[in-house]
Amino acid sequence: MLKKNKILVLIASLLLVLVYFFPIWQISLEAPQYPEGLGLYIWVDKITGENPNDLRTLNGLNHYIGMKEINPESIPELKIIPYVIAFFMISGLGIAYKGNEKWIIAWILLFVIAGFIGIYDFYQWEYDYGHNLNPNAPIKVPGANYQPPLLGSKQLLNIKAISSPYIGSIIIFASIILVWFAQFSESKRNK
Amino acid sequence: MYKKIFLLLIPVFAIGIYYSGCSDNKALDTGDAAKKVYVAPGTHDEFYLFTSGGFSGQVGVYGLPSGRMFKQISVFSQNPETGYGYSEETKAMLNTSYGQLPWDDAHHPSLSQTDGMQDGKYLFINANNTPRIARIDLKDFETTEIIEIPNSGGNHGSPFCTQNTEYVVASTRFSVPTDKKDVPINSYKENFKGTISFIKVDDKSGKMSLAFQILAPGFNYDLSRSGKGPSGDWSFFTCYNTEQANTLLEINASKNDKDFIAAVNWKLAEKYVAEGKAINFPGEYVRNYREEGTRIAKTEKFKTVKMLNPKDCPGLIYYLPVPKSPHGCDVDPSGEYIVAGGKLAAIIPVHSFSKMLKAIENKEFDGEIDGIPVLKYNSILAGEVQNPGLGPLHTEFDGNGFGYTTSFISSEVVKWKIGTWEVVDRIPVYYSVGHLVIPGGGSKKPDGKYLVALNKITKDRYLPTGPALTQSAQLIDISGDKMKILLDFPTIGEPHYAQAIKAELLTKNQLKIYALEQNTHPQATKSEKDARVERKGNEVHVYMSSTRSHFAPDNIEGVKIGDKVFFHVTNLEQDWDTPHGFTVKGSTNGELLLMPGETQTLLWEPKQIGIYPFYCTDFCSALHQEMQGYIRVSSPGANVKLTSSLGE
Repeated sequence: MLKKNKILVLIASLLLVLVYFFPIWQISLEAPQYPEGLGLYIWVDKITGENPNDLRTLNGLNHYIGMKEINPESIPELKIIPYVIAFFMISGLGIAYKGNEKWIIAWILLFVIAGFIGIYDFYQWEYDYGHNLNPNAPIKVPGANYQPPLLGSKQLLNIKAISSPYIGSIIIFASIILVWFAQFSESKRNK
Repeated sequence: MYKKIFLLLIPVFAIGIYYSGCSDNKALDTGDAAKKVYVAPGTHDEFYLFTSGGFSGQVGVYGLPSGRMFKQISVFSQNPETGYGYSEETKAMLNTSYGQLPWDDAHHPSLSQTDGMQDGKYLFINANNTPRIARIDLKDFETTEIIEIPNSGGNHGSPFCTQNTEYVVASTRFSVPTDKKDVPINSYKENFKGTISFIKVDDKSGKMSLAFQILAPGFNYDLSRSGKGPSGDWSFFTCYNTEQANTLLEINASKNDKDFIAAVNWKLAEKYVAEGKAINFPGEYVRNYREEGTRIAKTEKFKTVKMLNPKDCPGLIYYLPVPKSPHGCDVDPSGEYIVAGGKLAAIIPVHSFSKMLKAIENKEFDGEIDGIPVLKYNSILAGEVQNPGLGPLHTEFDGNGFGYTTSFISSEVVKWKIGTWEVVDRIPVYYSVGHLVIPGGGSKKPDGKYLVALNKITKDRYLPTGPALTQSAQLIDISGDKMKILLDFPTIGEPHYAQAIKAELLTKNQLKIYALEQNTHPQATKSEKDARVERKGNEVHVYMSSTRSHFAPDNIEGVKIGDKVFFHVTNLEQDWDTPHGFTVKGSTNGELLLMPGETQTLLWEPKQIGIYPFYCTDFCSALHQEMQGYIRVSSPGANVKLTSSLGE
């Protein structure tokens, strides 16, 4: 591997450290009564509010429609994802140190697959929260579900939910692109 | 003969025309005033205005220029609307050495300052009737502390903080024998004393402590202002009744041609206290303080004060002569000029601080009273404002070289120039104006955009409401050469004085909720699973939480006649603007109004058996009407176990 490509992979791997410091996804909620904003950040290891007490507030609102309480403690994925990121970081460093083209391709493929699994898993959680409602909820709209959108916006009663990847995901994306670029340059050289 | 009658009639007509002209002026005919006070829906005012609630004992919060009212802050009076003075946590705020008082008379708000500029931390206000000073925290617009002032009767000249809020001051309006002595009233001259108090404000916590008092002659101390810049070490107090009359003061206290401003060197007083010149003097008082974490008011009792006697403290006080019966006592933004308003004066005297210092140095005295030198009027005078209207009361400054004085009797505000002392403009106000306020008025840099006149009488200005009419404020544009009335708006109680401040100085520090994790109230119920009932003898403690839209617990049984039921209710919400209320049928303590994260306690002593509903009194949510519960009260001998439940 060329030194400059090794450096690219090194940067891409180190970049992943930042994923621990920024949310990977954001679900913003817009409602007339919340001019100050309301929403959630999903991190690799936790779920927090856009404002300090948003998660609490949101759970309070959700009980009217019978949605399960969002309790980060009960979501096992939040305990696994940090290790998944760590795996890609360390293996990336390994490739930067002593890698070849095949390893790079494997790394990219694995990461992309992991990403899709993550998104699918996220969808499953959203489906569960949106459909698995308490039958004794005070507010029941026949036929309605409250599944938040995976990407984009959706009107749920008085609340418009907007879901989008956040800085953490962009960092992951950037990391993959950098490694892909290294691989591209490497494969061109090998031809 | 006819000719003569005709000639006589001319002035009658002239007066008639003049008067009809006057009454036309009362209605505003300029169209642009509406635009200047219009704050569009959803947008904010530029300034906060804090008005004293007068005989309501509270403080009103308004916006300028709109005149819209936002809040009434509970201070010296019980407020059934919020539970202030009724809940177990707030009752102690109204403790005094005379017991728990339901009411007082709030006069002069004073915003805290740093380096002579408003810093937006606290608002202080005095209680006139039973002498006290309250401190309102401007993070949450709640009264945090009230300190009583001993050896005083009527705390009027107060709180008027010093330029770095080192102190707030108090001075007695009604001199009294110190320490609650039993003496004949006509022994006034011998036994009655005036005290001037300096209350230290802690730099960090804001906590107030009575640092020292000064035993001054038994005059009536009226108003005050602390110096700034060069005069920053001094506080000034107007005093009247230097005749020391104890009856029919309107005649007997108006005899002397001159009364005084007492100039007090508080820096020197500090030195005398440090040197041990102050004696421990009897004086019972209390300090009530609301703790931050528990929000429970606690009362501390004190028995003595450090008292300085001017006779032992040379240079502590000087008397500045002013025309008789002065009222306002104001210092210009530079700190050089001291202005006295005289209710019965035909001029406004402006004294010079630098001349005062020189006169002291040269001992230009006109005798002394109880060891306090009286300075020569002409030695300290900077100038006199001629023709300021009848009954000039109170002056503030615009920071652009002009003073504005209210004239009570002639119902007008008079604008005059510092230095030339000439009146440059005057405007009628409706009616009988007391104080006025300019945003930043008491500071080194006032914001000379608006002036608010605080009027005692409204008569025909608003729709009538029977014999009791509203009090009123009038907003005047002072940005140009000519003053222009922009708006009338009603105020609660009597707005003796007010403070106005740039809104951004407060909005940036606003508290939205009380954080549950910082709630250290011993009876807090921080989670529904902790909700319960406990009996201790004849006391039943209900540990209750409230959240949208239920209480936990909401069914309680086993209370007996003769029990004291304490509802300790915690609002579990952590969302902005989600208060819950709580009350129970037959409550003699009104209701609780709980802000998010707050715990308060309602004491209830049921006297009759039956089922009593309780409910949330603040419309909290779509299912607010469902936010209710029942408590069962049985006869003393009944065999009903104490239980509580939710959803069972």
